[in-house]
Amino acid sequence: MKTIFEKSIPGRRSTRPVASDVPTKAKLAPNLLRKQPAALPELSELDVVRHFTGLSRLNFGVDTGFYPLGSCTMKYNPKLAEVVGRNPGFAMLHPLLPQLPGGEIMVQGALAVLYEMDRLLSEISGMAGFTMQPLAGAHGELTGVLIIAAYHKDRGNHKKTILIPDSAHGTNPASAAIAGFTVKTIPSSEDGLLDVEALEAALDDDVAGLMLTCPNTLGLTHPRIKEITDLVHAVDGLVYCDGANTNAMLGRCRPGDVGFDVVHINLHKTFATPHGGGGPGAGPVGVVEKLMPYLPVSVVRERQDGTYYLEYDHPKSIGYMSPFYGNFAVILKAYTYLLMVGSEGLPRISGNAVLNANYVLARLREHYEYPVKSKQPCKHECVLSAVRQAKSGVRALDIAKTLMDYGFHSPTIYFPLTVKECIMIEPTETESKEMLDAFCDAMIDIARIADENPESLHDTPRSTPVSRLDEVKAAKELDVASY
Amino acid sequence: MPFIANTDAQRKEMLEVIGVQHIDELFADIPAHLQCGEINIPKGLSEQEVRNRLDILSKRNNVDYFNFLGGGFYDHYIPAAVSAITGRSEFYTAYTPYQPEISQGTLQAIYEYQSAMCRLTGMEVANASLYDGGTAICEAIIMAANITDRKRIVIDDSVNPIYRKMVRSYTSNLGLELIEIPSKDGMPDRGLIEAALNDQTAALVVQTPNFFGCIDDVTDLGERIHSHGGLLVVSTYPLALGLLRPPGECGADIVVAEGQSLGLTLSFGGPYLGILTTRKKFARKIPGRIAGRTVDAKGREGFVLTLQAREQHIRREKATSNICTNQALCALTSLVYLSLMGKEGLAEVAQTCADKAAYARERLLQVPGVSLRFPPDRPFFNEFVLQLPMAADKVIRRLFLRSVAAGFPLGRYWPEMDNCLLIAVTEKRTKEEIDFLAHALGAVL
Repeated sequence: MKTIFEKSIPGRRSTRPVASDVPTKAKLAPNLLRKQPAALPELSELDVVRHFTGLSRLNFGVDTGFYPLGSCTMKYNPKLAEVVGRNPGFAMLHPLLPQLPGGEIMVQGALAVLYEMDRLLSEISGMAGFTMQPLAGAHGELTGVLIIAAYHKDRGNHKKTILIPDSAHGTNPASAAIAGFTVKTIPSSEDGLLDVEALEAALDDDVAGLMLTCPNTLGLTHPRIKEITDLVHAVDGLVYCDGANTNAMLGRCRPGDVGFDVVHINLHKTFATPHGGGGPGAGPVGVVEKLMPYLPVSVVRERQDGTYYLEYDHPKSIGYMSPFYGNFAVILKAYTYLLMVGSEGLPRISGNAVLNANYVLARLREHYEYPVKSKQPCKHECVLSAVRQAKSGVRALDIAKTLMDYGFHSPTIYFPLTVKECIMIEPTETESKEMLDAFCDAMIDIARIADENPESLHDTPRSTPVSRLDEVKAAKELDVASY
Repeated sequence: MPFIANTDAQRKEMLEVIGVQHIDELFADIPAHLQCGEINIPKGLSEQEVRNRLDILSKRNNVDYFNFLGGGFYDHYIPAAVSAITGRSEFYTAYTPYQPEISQGTLQAIYEYQSAMCRLTGMEVANASLYDGGTAICEAIIMAANITDRKRIVIDDSVNPIYRKMVRSYTSNLGLELIEIPSKDGMPDRGLIEAALNDQTAALVVQTPNFFGCIDDVTDLGERIHSHGGLLVVSTYPLALGLLRPPGECGADIVVAEGQSLGLTLSFGGPYLGILTTRKKFARKIPGRIAGRTVDAKGREGFVLTLQAREQHIRREKATSNICTNQALCALTSLVYLSLMGKEGLAEVAQTCADKAAYARERLLQVPGVSLRFPPDRPFFNEFVLQLPMAADKVIRRLFLRSVAAGFPLGRYWPEMDNCLLIAVTEKRTKEEIDFLAHALGAVL
């Protein structure tokens, strides 16, 4: 489709902006002004609406169909949350209001949402308190690791190393590096779990902490988790829980109860806020009591009379991770979801998410290699491998692309790095058995074609608006903007 | 139960296929003593009850006042077509476009967004967006330090004070030397900046229009930092660029901005939009996602995420940034807004803001006891600073009682400016509202 700039017709106008109703004209020196207007599109409102409606139809979302993208928790996004997000009582609220004298009383509803989310997430994760500031999962990681750094600095510890398992998401080491730490990688054992003996060997006084994804990226919980957190605590290290996979644990096991000190939760995964095509997300961070002084400012507090206020006086705080209170509208949507789900809903979410993943695994493990040696059930996602199909030249990539022709979004295939030809499937709890069966039937059909006619899988997908794109050309010629 | 499709009968069939009796068995690997009981939060409610509850909470917020509060976050008019388009769930229920064949909508929109940001800021390369204007400054600073392999960062103190705090937090462990230069009469102090720059300086960071609303021609500052081999980072107000000369024409190497003014609601602080544009020569040093144009196997044009070798999922701790997501839906929002306003429309809105602000300044200066904090010839866009005969805090409190959010008290971040009030005027404020503000101000002083 032509770009919106290519569709532009000189002189055409859309929305008419309000005209000035004041007698004054601003006078600015020519060196401060544009010589000509910015070359933005010149189109009618209908042109613009059709252009973007056309683009939207080239997309695949959860509302379009099954989206089993592993590690991304593409569950259904309830529509009520969208309605609440647009409520002018929230949408029109200026973030600087509470900094004004007399402004606090004008934002009591919003502060209540932030305060209650803190309490809800603290109960759900077993932490003492949360900050809502982090604007995404990776931003939560950075916040968490900066808190770990602040804790050690405050205690006079000179610890420079963060331990991270090889199966971790790439943001973990990248976040630790920005927080000033050196990263040491801990290998996984044969069963796909963190190797406890390797961890013990790596632990010394230089270790500031361990970042652990729970359940891990193979969808496995670590049966020796408490032993692991105890070992790290023994050298005055802190344990960070990457809570990207919290969906599997809701109402079953709380990070705070198994010895984690810091956790981030992706509201856009676990608590059903939409992913928006790559954001906005939200990654609130929770900490245990001893780390509370280091949380970012401001902190929402409740007075005896039931009103809320923002506290800025936290001398040990790591400071500001975002200008205000995080991605408020995202937090609001997650809050809406949590009110509907309630305490009894939490274990049902994790239970059904884990049931769906194990069902897919049970149906597919005859047809694909299951690279996990551990006998334990998978959690919210299952990781298969296409090594068997790869022998006849059909890679995980081919399988992922072919699934699009069956009407499904592809699973994750570039991750985790520890599994060759991996196919990581996360069905989520919101999908029905019929949908999972249709997906499994497609996967089985593809495995059959991989056997019988492997060549035919190299130029899929065929039913999509474009076929496989030339990524090398994109990086080499680098056309990233027209201007 | 809400949002779960399977019936008990289906669950039973599925458990049989798996070969267990009960869902709880799938959690047997978590030692029993580490499993939690029922979580101590309220029971679930119906959609109607939740809607009522949120409605009540929204009414405990007050948005019913004449709004002259800005400070980097503005109450601009948002055309109805913006939310009609961004509310399409093909956009908002998609993930990061890892599978380009079924994500061309998001990818092309990102490419168009990148193009629009380059055109607006006068630069050559943009990323797919960052979290907000503050994190964009932080990332620009880290980027400049990486490009120059230097550690010293000089920041003018008329850059948004909250962003300066964020920079301190963000970079606290990176061994950077952050030097804040006090501004003079509402503008960067050229003398102090010159003295602070040296051959170890990675970047000079300035903002225009700055926090006080003053517009600065930063061309000479660009020349000064360049003569030391460092980079000029300019933070700006994107809607103002409908009227103002783009930073790219004033020597900026990296332009950053909070994109909220381009069609995003205030929403109590987010989600917002971090804009970052730069020169082509720095494309491979840019943080975050970037979409690029290419062709498919049949030669058809299409878009992909590109330059991924910079990113965390490949480079891990050696990546240019830890950023994984962008603010795709917010970037789309700003693109739709700019497309609707168009070439002439954006220029007109920016001019209207400036005109109304010029009128407001003129009108408010007629109020006895009110004067300008900075010299009257300081150019400004849509925000300006008044010197009041009493503490701005007191005035703001009194004006709230007359349904006016009068502005921001600068004493909060500059203790010597206790009597200073920062007033913002967007195209949404009418002459009547401005006159009312002047009248009310006269009454409370």
